[in-house]
Amino acid sequence: MLSIDSIKKGVVIDHIKVGGAMQIYQHLNLDKLDCSVAIIKNAKSGKLGKKDIIKIEDRIDMDLDALGYIDPDITVNIIEDGAITSKLKLSLPDKLINIITCKNPRCITSIEREIVHVFKLWDSREKIYRCAYCEQEYK
Amino acid sequence: MRHVIEPTDLSINELDELIALAEDIRLNPVKYADCCKGKILAALFYEASTRTRLSFESAMLSLGGSVIGFASADASSAVKGESVADTVRTVSNYADICAIRHPKEGSALVASQYSGIPVINAGDGGHEHPTQTLTDLLTIHTIKRTLSGLTIGFCGDLKFGRTVHSLVKALSLYPNNRFLLVSPNELRAPDYIRATLANRGCEYQEGELLDTHIRHMDVLYMTRVQRERFFNEEDYLRLKDSYILNMAKLVNAKSDLSILHPLPRVNEISMEVDGDPRAQYFNQVRFGKLIRMALILKLLEIVEWRGGRC
Ligand SMILES: [Zn+2]
Repeated sequence: MLSIDSIKKGVVIDHIKVGGAMQIYQHLNLDKLDCSVAIIKNAKSGKLGKKDIIKIEDRIDMDLDALGYIDPDITVNIIEDGAITSKLKLSLPDKLINIITCKNPRCITSIEREIVHVFKLWDSREKIYRCAYCEQEYK
Repeated sequence: MRHVIEPTDLSINELDELIALAEDIRLNPVKYADCCKGKILAALFYEASTRTRLSFESAMLSLGGSVIGFASADASSAVKGESVADTVRTVSNYADICAIRHPKEGSALVASQYSGIPVINAGDGGHEHPTQTLTDLLTIHTIKRTLSGLTIGFCGDLKFGRTVHSLVKALSLYPNNRFLLVSPNELRAPDYIRATLANRGCEYQEGELLDTHIRHMDVLYMTRVQRERFFNEEDYLRLKDSYILNMAKLVNAKSDLSILHPLPRVNEISMEVDGDPRAQYFNQVRFGKLIRMALILKLLEIVEWRGGRC
């Protein structure tokens, strides 16, 4: 496997579905960071066959619900002093707050200023979310 | 503090309590005539719905309370460009309870999140209209003395009619009801309604012709079929008369059938039916006022949930 220096302090986002790293990179605005960020594509993985990995050499605040929505199989490892101090398994969140917005033009969220966009998990197997206001399915 | 945004905000027990209170109000109106003295209802109507607004206003006045509000978005420049959240926060300082009608879906939920007073959803676009469902339940209960063991027919546009969906859902919570869903194929009840009925073990049948099913019905809930909902002119012409209720169709119906309609009607019930004792759609309007009186009393905690009396 391609060798990337292991990091002393930071975050490793592991088990990303192949091809998913760039979406997460953009979603977390990693291009705005000054620290080093490594994106590893198509890494070998026993579990998935192949996977993507992102290594960030800094502790950053992440919206784990948003990450869980993008890919619920992701693992987030927090690194301190060169060792993993915590391993977070993600899952589909029950509620999405300000992560996606309703596309129903008849929904109050289309006109109400500074409204909090809320979606509720309707079907976890099919990954279906519905707007908490108008109940329309997000597609 | 409680709000009523959708029918499911109320439990079966609470529905039964509301119905019992509405029936007591009907029989003893004097007892309730001053219950809301000094209380103010704000009727926030962002779109015109004269029927619903008058019902709320009449309900509050008959309880001895007063009403403020506006009747359409244009009527109040103060509301123009103001968010629902800000309007309701302001109104919370003027009134004790509010009823909101707004063309956008979910608006009443937004109102309830910022309101300092109980909010009643008086219709949020095509989404929910809980006091209509309560009206329908009270009407059926008053006439049939039960909400169980009935065969209830729904006829017309069962696809887009939220009134129908809410009422089917509510009635499916009561035991042994049977549902006859009569509509053109294009306007069948949506999947989730059929799934709800199946999940709750309710017997239901679907059909295209009212004549075939009307003889079994204890209640017939009529809605309008609009020409523009049909995919082609041919089907419209073939089926349009099937969804107009007249005396000829009633020949086969039970003598104690109750005919309901959310009103306003256009031509889906012909006027010759109005004089038949089975026509209940104008009585339904009175029940609408009574159930709103009951709801106001409960939400203002003037009559407590479970047992309390004025
Ligand atoms: Zn929405």
